[in-house]
Amino acid sequence: MRFEAPTSLNAAIELLENEAGVVRILAGGTDVLVQLRSGQVEPDLIVDIKRIEAMQTITEEDGGFRIGAAVCGAELGGHAGVCKLWPGVVEAVELIGSTQVQGRATMVGNLCNASPAADSVPAMVAAGATARVTGPEGSRDIPVEKIATGPGQTSLGRAELVESVYLPARGVHSSDAYLRFIPRTEMDIAVVGAGISIEMDGNGICTHARVALGAVGPRVMLVEDAATALIGTSIDEAALEALAQAASSAATPIDDKRGTVDFRIKVAGVLARRAAIIAVQRSRVD
Amino acid sequence: MTQTHVSTTINGDKVEYLCETDETLLDVLRDTLSLTGSKEGCGSGDCGACSVMLDGRLVCACLVLGVEAQDRKIETIEGMASGDELHPLQQKFLEHAALQCGICTPGFLVAAKALLDENPDPTETEVRYWLAGNLCRCTGYDKIIRAVMDAATEMRGQA
Repeated sequence: MRFEAPTSLNAAIELLENEAGVVRILAGGTDVLVQLRSGQVEPDLIVDIKRIEAMQTITEEDGGFRIGAAVCGAELGGHAGVCKLWPGVVEAVELIGSTQVQGRATMVGNLCNASPAADSVPAMVAAGATARVTGPEGSRDIPVEKIATGPGQTSLGRAELVESVYLPARGVHSSDAYLRFIPRTEMDIAVVGAGISIEMDGNGICTHARVALGAVGPRVMLVEDAATALIGTSIDEAALEALAQAASSAATPIDDKRGTVDFRIKVAGVLARRAAIIAVQRSRVD
Repeated sequence: MTQTHVSTTINGDKVEYLCETDETLLDVLRDTLSLTGSKEGCGSGDCGACSVMLDGRLVCACLVLGVEAQDRKIETIEGMASGDELHPLQQKFLEHAALQCGICTPGFLVAAKALLDENPDPTETEVRYWLAGNLCRCTGYDKIIRAVMDAATEMRGQA
């Protein structure tokens, strides 16, 4: 197993392109090292992207923020601008693991690990975030929901990586929230996760909404019917009820040790409703 | 397997070592450098017994590769006391009997120091959440929390 720590993106892509065997990209390593140790993966090459400066930075761009692939949770949580613009995304990232894990784990790593229960992904999907995918042919920006194709599987090509995620600008009366259900207070994997982003007009009517659910299907899903339930309403009780029903209807979970199908379907609706209420409150504070 | 030569700084000292790609920083600290204060509990980032500081951030040494440490700054439990003088957290852990078997203790101390360096006056809730990634099967946590709160009070008095 070789280890390389390139200092430029081009060098990283070249390494990926020239390696015929199994490659793992190392950012925070909180998934990769566990997989190495358990023997789940035996890479021929590990490419550490933390020495690439652009990947270590959060940059303001067109009123939004570009988050480098190697930015850890603790750094994102300490960035006042991102916390103000996308509090739901930050709270979702901060739910990943312990203080120690936050010192290493990255949002892009969470995305590319492609767990259906990844906490930051429903929040990013709700935010309308885009991933910048770079490979030998150049770069393309794609919606984050197009990265995972199934548990542990991504749409990335063999020599491609996600270089950054872009969280867009948003209107004045807008906000977002993420909630997950776990049977304890901390340090657990989502049984259900719900991310919601909303924008209201000056009269308190919802003009834009995105709703995403985690851990209730093989990958994080964008639920358009749930967003439709909110748009054009003041997000009153009737809209919240319609939202909850749409979220529950969209859920296609499995039974496992962490939750049953029936429980997850119900909780998907409950969390969507509660997250919407939080997002509305936050949009007013702004 | 070819070994990689790594130069890094541990507790303020320049250190060089050879390691294989699949060795973790925890393996290197314990087996190569004989810094056995950091413990291996789970080896998967769940228990916090191997907590160290890496470039000023609290991390699990079991989730860092040894080869990643090139040109970084690492602080371990071995650097916490000043000579024979214990750090206030170490002293308070003794006074409050905040340990029994002691395997989790170095991790708790490193993690608690990271908290107090950043937030000298945490609430009990903040301490509990910050230390949620450090597991202890002996104490029931209460004595640990009291020791950290007491150390924080004392350290604020000294400042």
